[in-house]
Amino acid sequence: MDLLLIKEGFPLLSFLIFLPLAGSIVLLFFHNETFARLWTLLITSLTAICSLPLLFGFDQTTSKYQFAEAYAWIPRLNINYIVGLDGISILLVLLTTLIMPFCVLASWKYIQQRVAPFMFCLLVMETSMVGVFVALDFVLFYIFWEFMLIPMYLLIAVWGGPRKAYASIKFFLYTLAGSVLLLVAIIALYLESGSFFIPEMMWQPYSLTFQVLVFLAFFLAFAIKVPMFPFHTWLPAAHVEAPTAGSVILASVLLKMGTYGMLRFCLPITPDATMLLAQPILWLSIAGIIYGGFTALAQQDMKKLIAYSSVGHMGFVTLGIFVLNSRGVEGAMLQMINHGVTTGALFLCVGMIYERTHSRELALAAGVGKYMPWFVTFLAFFSLSSFGFPGTNSFIGEFLVLAGAFEHNTFLALAAIPGAVLAAAYMLRLLQKVVWGGTANPDQSYLTDLGLREIAVLTPFLLFVFWIGLGPQPFLNLMHTSVSALLDQLHHWQQHQQVAAVLWK
Amino acid sequence: MVILPELVLAAGALALFFVSLSKTPLVRTAKSVAVLFGLATFAAALLAFQSKGSLFYGAYEVDSYSQLFKALIGFSLALLLIFGQNLKGINPEIRPEYYLFLLLSVLGLMMLVSSVELIAIFISLELSSFALYLLVPMRDDRTGSRVQMEAGMKYILFGVMATGFMLYGMSLLFGLTGTTYLKEIIAFLAKGNVQPTVLVAVLLVLAGFFYKLAVFPLHFWVPDVYQGASNETAGFIATLPKFGAVALLIRFLTVPTGQAQFLIELMAVLALCSMFYGNLSALVQKDIKRMLGFSGIAHAGFVLLGLLALDRDGYGVAIYYIAGYVLMNLACFLVISNVSQEGENLRIDDFNGLYKRQPLLAFVLAVGLFGLAGIPPFVGFMGKFMILTSALRAHHVVVVCLAAINTAIALYYYLSVVKAAYTVEPGEQAGRVAVNPVIQLAGVVLVLAITLLGALPARFIDFASTVVQTLH
Repeated sequence: MDLLLIKEGFPLLSFLIFLPLAGSIVLLFFHNETFARLWTLLITSLTAICSLPLLFGFDQTTSKYQFAEAYAWIPRLNINYIVGLDGISILLVLLTTLIMPFCVLASWKYIQQRVAPFMFCLLVMETSMVGVFVALDFVLFYIFWEFMLIPMYLLIAVWGGPRKAYASIKFFLYTLAGSVLLLVAIIALYLESGSFFIPEMMWQPYSLTFQVLVFLAFFLAFAIKVPMFPFHTWLPAAHVEAPTAGSVILASVLLKMGTYGMLRFCLPITPDATMLLAQPILWLSIAGIIYGGFTALAQQDMKKLIAYSSVGHMGFVTLGIFVLNSRGVEGAMLQMINHGVTTGALFLCVGMIYERTHSRELALAAGVGKYMPWFVTFLAFFSLSSFGFPGTNSFIGEFLVLAGAFEHNTFLALAAIPGAVLAAAYMLRLLQKVVWGGTANPDQSYLTDLGLREIAVLTPFLLFVFWIGLGPQPFLNLMHTSVSALLDQLHHWQQHQQVAAVLWK
Repeated sequence: MVILPELVLAAGALALFFVSLSKTPLVRTAKSVAVLFGLATFAAALLAFQSKGSLFYGAYEVDSYSQLFKALIGFSLALLLIFGQNLKGINPEIRPEYYLFLLLSVLGLMMLVSSVELIAIFISLELSSFALYLLVPMRDDRTGSRVQMEAGMKYILFGVMATGFMLYGMSLLFGLTGTTYLKEIIAFLAKGNVQPTVLVAVLLVLAGFFYKLAVFPLHFWVPDVYQGASNETAGFIATLPKFGAVALLIRFLTVPTGQAQFLIELMAVLALCSMFYGNLSALVQKDIKRMLGFSGIAHAGFVLLGLLALDRDGYGVAIYYIAGYVLMNLACFLVISNVSQEGENLRIDDFNGLYKRQPLLAFVLAVGLFGLAGIPPFVGFMGKFMILTSALRAHHVVVVCLAAINTAIALYYYLSVVKAAYTVEPGEQAGRVAVNPVIQLAGVVLVLAITLLGALPARFIDFASTVVQTLH
C-alpha cells in the first residue's frame, strides 16, 4: 500500500462521493419544486467548492495516489473501500464536480415535471461519477460504473424527448452488455493477482494470452462508453433524446469514463496486449474521426450534429492515448477536459434554443442571430473552440495529440488531418445557419435573448475555453508526473520484455 | 423451545382451522390471525436463532444452519403475509383454509431444513408440497377456462413424479449404506465404500430438489403454474420453497459420490441450460408472472453455478444468492399483487405509467427488477459477482463467460417492465393504485433490505460460510 498517500483527518474524497447521495435522500422526503431546485443547487455547489482543496492540496511531484482512504469492506474476498486521486483523475473529478451546478441551473426552467425526482437522479449521478474516477478498488469501481446506468437511464427515459423509450433502453443495453465481460475480466485478474486493489493489478507478469483476453474485455466495455467508431450508435440516440442536463453529463463526464478506463486499466494492467493491439485501435480512432466528421456534416438536428462531432473528438482522445508517448497521452487527457467543457457548453446552447423554439431542427433555428446576439456570441466561441481554433482550448489538445501521432507514425497523423478540417466544416455550417441563415428564415421575432441565469451558466465555460487555450501549462503540470510515470513504466516494461525475449532465445 | 418457530406455525394452523369452522366466512379474522402468526413466526425464528439441539432420535437437527434458513423463511413469510393480505384472487369463503394450508406448507419447509434423516426429509417435503398443491387451484375461476385447475394438475403431477425420483434415490441410498441418517450415510461412503450406484442415487435425490428450485430439465411446471395460480400464491411458490430446496441441495451435495468431477460437469451443463432456456424464453413473455417464472429458471441456474465449486465458500455464496433472490422476487410480487385490482393476471402493459399511478410501487418494482438484473448496488449484483468469482476460482472459464452473457440477455426483459412503468403513459382506464400504508412500509423494508444486503454483504456471507462448515 505504499502507492497510497493516506489522507489523515477529514476524508475529503468520501465526502465528495457521499454528500450528493445524502442530499438526494433529503429529496425523497421533500417534494417541493422550488426547494428541490435550490437544494440541489446548494448541494452541487457545495460539492464543487469542497472539491477545490483537491487542487490546492495536490502534490504535483508524485505519481502516487493522494487523498487516499482505505477501509476494509468485504475482507473474505479482499475487497476494500479504497479511493485516491492522481494526475490522471484529478482533472476529471474537478470537471465533474464543477459542471454539476451548471447542469442544475440549465434544468431550472427546462424541467417542469417531477422536479424533485429529476434532481434526485442528478445527485445520484454525481455520486457515482465521482466514485468512478476516484475508486482504486476494482469492485468499487465496477459498482459505481454500473450503478450510474440507472439514474442516467431514468434521466433519459422519464424526461427525454419523443423517442425516449428507444434511446434509453439502447443506452442501457449497449453499456451493460459491454461491461458484463469486464466483470469476468476483473474476477480473472483478482484470481491471478490475489487482490482487487487496482495498483496491485498493474505491471504484473501475466501471460500474453491472458492479457489479450483481459484487454479485449476491457476494450469492449470502454470502447462502447467512449464511444469508439463501430460501437457508437447508442450515442446519437441518447444525446438527442436526453434533456439538456442529461446531454451535458453524458458528453462531459460519461464519455470520459471510457477513455479514463483505457488509460487507467488497459495500459498498466495489460501492457503487452496494449502494444500488440494499439495499431488497430489507432486506425479505429482515425475511422471514428473521419466518420464522425462526415456524419456530422449531414445532420439537420443540432443535437445529433454535436453528438456525431463527439464521436470525432473522442476519436482524437483514443488516438492520443494509443500512440503511447507523452505528448499524445497528455494531449488526449487535455482533450478530454476540452471536450467536456466545449461540448457541454454546446449542448447547453442547443438546450437554450430548444427551450424557446421547442425544436432542435437546424432549419428552424436559422437566423436567430438577429434576435439573440448574446446567444450567438457564446455559440460562436464554443463552435470555434470545437473545431480547434488557435487560442481556444481544443487547439492545444488536438495539437498535442497530432504532434504525438506524428512522432508515432506520419501516415497516421496525416490520416487524422481531414478530421480537423471536417470539424471546421460542420461547425461553421452550424454557426452560419444559426447566426445568419438564408433568405427563407422562419420568423424568429418572438425570441428573447439569454437571461442573466443563462449568461451566468455559459460564462464559466467560456472562461475555461480561453484559459486552457491561452495558458494550458497549469493543467498539463497537474497530469504530467502521473502520465510520465505511466509511460516510463510502460517503456521500461517493453524493454524488459524484449530482454526477456532475447534471453529465451 | 428449540423448535419454537415450528410450534408457532402449528399453533397458527390450528387457530386458522378453528376460524375456518365458522359458518359465515370470517375474512378479517382469518387475515389478522394469519398476519399475526406470520410475524410471530419470524419473531420465534429470531428467538430460537441461537438454539441447538437434536430431536426425534437424531432425525431432527436444530443447528445454526437450519436456524439461519428458518429466520430467512420467517422473514419472507411475514412480508408475504403482510403484502398479500388482501388475497384478491381467493374466494372469501375459503380464505381461512387458504391461510391454513399456507402455514402448513411453511411448517413443512421449516421442518425440511432441520431434517437430517431420509424419512424425515421426505415427510417434511411432502407436508410442504401437498399443502402447496392445494393452494394453486384455490383461485377464483374468473376466466371460466379453469386455468387454475390446469396449473394445479400440472403442479401435482410433475411434483409427484419428482418425488418419486427422490424416493427411489433414497431407497437406493438406504440399500447401499443400511441407514437412513445422512450423517451415517456420509460417514459410510467416506470410508471408501463408493459404488457407481451412489452417483445414481444422489442424482435421483437431487432431482427432487431441482424440481423445487426449477432447474432445467425439471422446470416445465413453472410458467403455467405461475400463470394459473393467484398472484399471492405465485409469490409464495416463487420464493419460500427455494430456501428449502437450496438447504437440502447443499446437504445432499456433501454426500461423497466418488464422481465429483462428473457431478460438477453435469451441474455446469444444467446451470447453463437453465440460464439460456429461462432467459431466452423470458424475452418474449407478455404476462409478468410467466416472465418472472422463466427468470426464476435462469436464476436457479445461477444458484447451481454457486454450488458447482462444491466447497463451503460456494455454498455460503449460494445461500446469499438465494436469500437475495427471494427478497427481490418478494419485491416484484408485492407490486404485482397490489397493482392487480381484482386479483387478475397482469400483462407487462398493465404496468404502463405506474410511476404516475403509484410512485412508491414503481420504485419498489424498479429496485426489484434492477436487482434481479444484477445491477449494483443491489443484492443481485453482489450475488452474481460472488458466484462468478467462486465458479471462476474453480476454473470454469467458459461457463462463467456464458453466464455473464446471460446477464446481458436478461437485462432486456427486466428493463422492458421498468420501461413500461416509467416511460409509457398510463392507459385510459388505468387509474391510481391505492395501497395500504402497511404494505408501503413492507415495500420500503424490502428496498432497504435489497440495498443494504447488496452494499454490505460481508457479515452475511461470512456467517453463511461458517454455518455451512458445521455440516461436515
